[in-house]
Amino acid sequence: MPLSWRTGGLLLGLVFFAAVALVKPIGVSTQFVIFDGIVWDAVQPTVVEPSTEATGGYASPNAYLNKSGGKYASNIANPWNYSFVFVLAMIGGAALSAMLRGWPTRAQRTMPELWRANYGDSPGKRYAMVFIAGVLVLYGARMAGGCTSGHMMSGTMQTAVSAFLFMAGAFGAGIPIAVLMFPKED
Amino acid sequence: METLILAIVIGAAFGFTLDRVGATNPNLIIGMLRLSNMHLMKTILLAVAVGTLLLFGGLMLGLLNPGHLGVKDAYIGVIVGGVLLGAGFAIAGYCPGTGLTAAATGRKDALWFVLGGLVGAAAYMLTFAAVEGTGLLATIAGGKATLGTVAGTSYPALWPDVPGEWLGLALAVVLGAVAFLLPMRLRGGGGKAR
Repeated sequence: MPLSWRTGGLLLGLVFFAAVALVKPIGVSTQFVIFDGIVWDAVQPTVVEPSTEATGGYASPNAYLNKSGGKYASNIANPWNYSFVFVLAMIGGAALSAMLRGWPTRAQRTMPELWRANYGDSPGKRYAMVFIAGVLVLYGARMAGGCTSGHMMSGTMQTAVSAFLFMAGAFGAGIPIAVLMFPKED
Repeated sequence: METLILAIVIGAAFGFTLDRVGATNPNLIIGMLRLSNMHLMKTILLAVAVGTLLLFGGLMLGLLNPGHLGVKDAYIGVIVGGVLLGAGFAIAGYCPGTGLTAAATGRKDALWFVLGGLVGAAAYMLTFAAVEGTGLLATIAGGKATLGTVAGTSYPALWPDVPGEWLGLALAVVLGAVAFLLPMRLRGGGGKAR
């Protein structure tokens, strides 16, 4: 059982505040790019190279990795920075929580109940659809410049105009699609 | 070194809390988006209200360094990207942070989500120049804009004459009130869908 929304909301709000107070707003989706870049650079070492012209000290022939003075390129070259370690620790924190409270059941580990109620038991179908959803979510998050953490939570709490644009898009699409895709509740 | 310790402590607290509030459970995310279980919506609204209140309260009392704020650019692509993200969010019940943390709790479908996410991020990397060419990324509203003017920052304001701190506090009150007033479900009462 999850925490009540009152306790949970209070704790989650404190974590988002602590991040801004001590370091900077929480964000996650950029680190998918950094991880991709680390893999890409390992396979093809010319992807990130030292540069005296880039503000971050590294440049890339890829326009995205090279933008903002090679910010992503330099994070790929030196991944042991705040944002990347933050995401690794986040993964560890969730695993620790699940270890202490008990893992999801075998059936839940394959697909959520609402999926099963509407689309049956086939894990292959669920995995294929979720893979496609993952492509959409990260492509969209990178185009938007942030995700649920960076825009919806961190952005709104700073009264950022971009956060309200993001929420209009995300809920504007997410609500009708969820309503149409999951007509059955159980 | 000190920043890495903060990364570990705040990151672990964030992952732990995401799991405890139920955000690693895609059933609750899809339930929120199909408006049949507003538990996470109420949680998120209250969390943002608490964060906003402490942030602007702290800024007004001078306890917080305004340099720690990080406002993102506004452009039409934020809406378009939000739509793409919203579609995948509804199908999967995962977003980038909750997909990674759900995979950490043993959910196998979340691993497929993360794999898809890595492909999606790579696809954006490779198509970035073309996306930029469409003009979707051209900033609007002055770029890194906030609603009101926040002292100690150089962010342009949508409403420059409104003090951003008071506006933030007002937003916190409104979001907090909505969190309390929002019913647990908006549709599909009785448990059985027809």
